[in-house]
Amino acid sequence: MYLKSAYDIRDKYLRKDMLPTIFCPGCGIGSALQYTLRAIDDLGLNPDEIVWVSGIGCSSRVPGFVNFDGLHTTHGRALAFATGIKLANPNLKIIAFMGDGDAAAIGGNHFIHAIRRNLDVTVILINNFTYGMTGGQVAPTALKGLKGTTAPYGQFENPFDIADLAVSAGANYVARWSVFNYLQGINSIKKALQKEGFTLVEFLSPCPISFGRRNRMKTAPELLRWYQKITVPLSKAKKMSPEELEGKIVIGEFADRDRPGLVREYEEYKKRAKRMMGWEE
Amino acid sequence: MRYPFPVGKSDFIQGDEAIARAAILAGCRFYAGYPITPASEIFEAMALYMPLVDGVSIQMEDELASMAAIIGASWAGAKAMTATSGPGFSLMMENLGYAIMTETPVVVVDVQRSGPSTGQPTLAAQGDIMQAIWGTHGDHSLIVLSPSTVQEAFDFTIKAFNLAEKYRTPVILLTDAEIAHMRERVYIPKPDEIELVERKLPANEEEAKLPFGDPHGDGVPPMPIFGKGYRTYVTGLTHDERGRPKTVDAEVHEKLIKRIIGKIENNKHDIITYDAFELEDAEIAVISTGIVSRSAVRAVKILREKGVKAGLLKLNTIWPFDFDMIEELAEQVKKIYVPEMNLGQLYHLVKEGANGKAEVELIPKIGGEVHTPMEIVERVVG
Ligand SMILES: Cc1ncc(C[n+]2csc(CCOP(=O)(O)OP(=O)(O)O)c2C)c(N)n1
Ligand code: SF4
Repeated sequence: MYLKSAYDIRDKYLRKDMLPTIFCPGCGIGSALQYTLRAIDDLGLNPDEIVWVSGIGCSSRVPGFVNFDGLHTTHGRALAFATGIKLANPNLKIIAFMGDGDAAAIGGNHFIHAIRRNLDVTVILINNFTYGMTGGQVAPTALKGLKGTTAPYGQFENPFDIADLAVSAGANYVARWSVFNYLQGINSIKKALQKEGFTLVEFLSPCPISFGRRNRMKTAPELLRWYQKITVPLSKAKKMSPEELEGKIVIGEFADRDRPGLVREYEEYKKRAKRMMGWEE
Repeated sequence: MRYPFPVGKSDFIQGDEAIARAAILAGCRFYAGYPITPASEIFEAMALYMPLVDGVSIQMEDELASMAAIIGASWAGAKAMTATSGPGFSLMMENLGYAIMTETPVVVVDVQRSGPSTGQPTLAAQGDIMQAIWGTHGDHSLIVLSPSTVQEAFDFTIKAFNLAEKYRTPVILLTDAEIAHMRERVYIPKPDEIELVERKLPANEEEAKLPFGDPHGDGVPPMPIFGKGYRTYVTGLTHDERGRPKTVDAEVHEKLIKRIIGKIENNKHDIITYDAFELEDAEIAVISTGIVSRSAVRAVKILREKGVKAGLLKLNTIWPFDFDMIEELAEQVKKIYVPEMNLGQLYHLVKEGANGKAEVELIPKIGGEVHTPMEIVERVVG
């Protein structure tokens, strides 16, 4: 793949008057954003037909920085707003940018139901194991023992595996990478954007400020090394025992299927309604 | 356009059904909801009709999602509605505030039942008046309409859509279990008999760049809906005229909030409607809204027969509130009675309006039944 310079991508897609971003040095959100824009660019998608939706959190600030239509909503509710946008105008392609707390804690219900419906949306999920914006409380993805301001002695609850959850709930495409897997990341987003139905690309993303600092990883490189240690590629994980996988996070492509999306299902439903009422043959 | 119900003639239908039909005739093409008594029949009617008129009806996972979905649909260009009752209405509050802040036209029907909490699901109440006006956080304004008959439920639903579009704001139709479930004769007009208001769209690129500005000087910015190439950013954070977040700038915040409140307040007299019965020479005024007004009309007639110069002010719009009008009335009459199906909500507004110029007495009733006319009469004649 030929990679355009990051400056070209920035100049083409970012709102210059909104820069600089709010993101801290070493934050991974910018990388995930860059991959998404590169995927859009590579596919030659028309920005006028794309709407970015988000909830509340650092990751949810992304729609403000990109020069597209965007809806920055309430904490956790992005996918519910997206349902309205998509069904009211199916011609729009929707990208939801969300945090792990946003998607899996307060928005958990909307998340599983958007997947169950197979809402046509591409979710870019920033998993930093923490609540970045509010200063480092534990997220529902935080692995046991990780520290947050609301679990200063180390998380005692079990974490969600968001990708796993999405596969079980029925998503058409699910992949997880760390933001350091840039080629896989871009390719996954490209795949996700081309499919109908619910597609999810989860990124393990460094948050040195709110998360790293409290877990003895103050810089992005330290977090990078930690991700290298805790992530296991899917092919390798298949050969590992549950004990060996304890505390590890599997990365790779977990689902790639073509169930009909919500828009198509609703179009069929409308036809059925008219047939049943004798309005149409 | 073919309609899934008869138009241009009267029909004998429930309040909930009337609201659904009115919404379709008002151009509503997106409905999202979550079932709750006594509002479910609105949803059920929408579920039947929407696919036939190429609209969308979808059952969301909860009321937070329903409210979110209609806001999304509105930004995608659709007229959108949801309906609920007290508990669900409480869940909508956060996103109702979002609709106010982002100036999104939507219609929310709250079919009141008795609360707090799950209360009396099948019985009527007027306990959500304060919630409708002040339920969401922060300084804000919106529009609240209150019908007292099934015909009014129909008419006010159309009005709700028109006001939402005209002022780019959420409009609450505050009705109750009694009207929801009672059947009355309703005239369902033909589409060409109905006057519809459509939202103002940007006339050009310049206007589109100010989705939260005031290019026309009327406080209502044109709404650049998604997918037209305007690249609009919409946020619930305090934002400037272009929609850029400006969260710590006091001036930007004040200007935005004052415009949002001002577009309702300054157009009060266009928005507010009321009906006055026998008020010209009245010495006693009854002020009521919604279902209770029906007993109040009868009560006023009985009082007149008894020689008491009573009159009724029936409020069709609960918010914005015409405090000045109430004060004028208070200057004319000796006493104002406020019968309502709660322990005093409209009462507070009336009392503030009366401004000490007349005594204001509450006639509360809770438990699910509407005041009988005699209950009002007896309180007046003592
Ligand atoms: C209803 C509601 N509850 C709480 C908050 C406060 N809040 C803002 S962002 C956030 C969590 C952000 O974490 P995450 O979604 O993981 O995103 P990140 O900032 O890490 O990208 C919380 C709890 C809010 N804005 N709204
Ligand atoms: S707090 Fe964390 S997630 Fe938020 S911008 Fe800073 S590094 Fe990124």
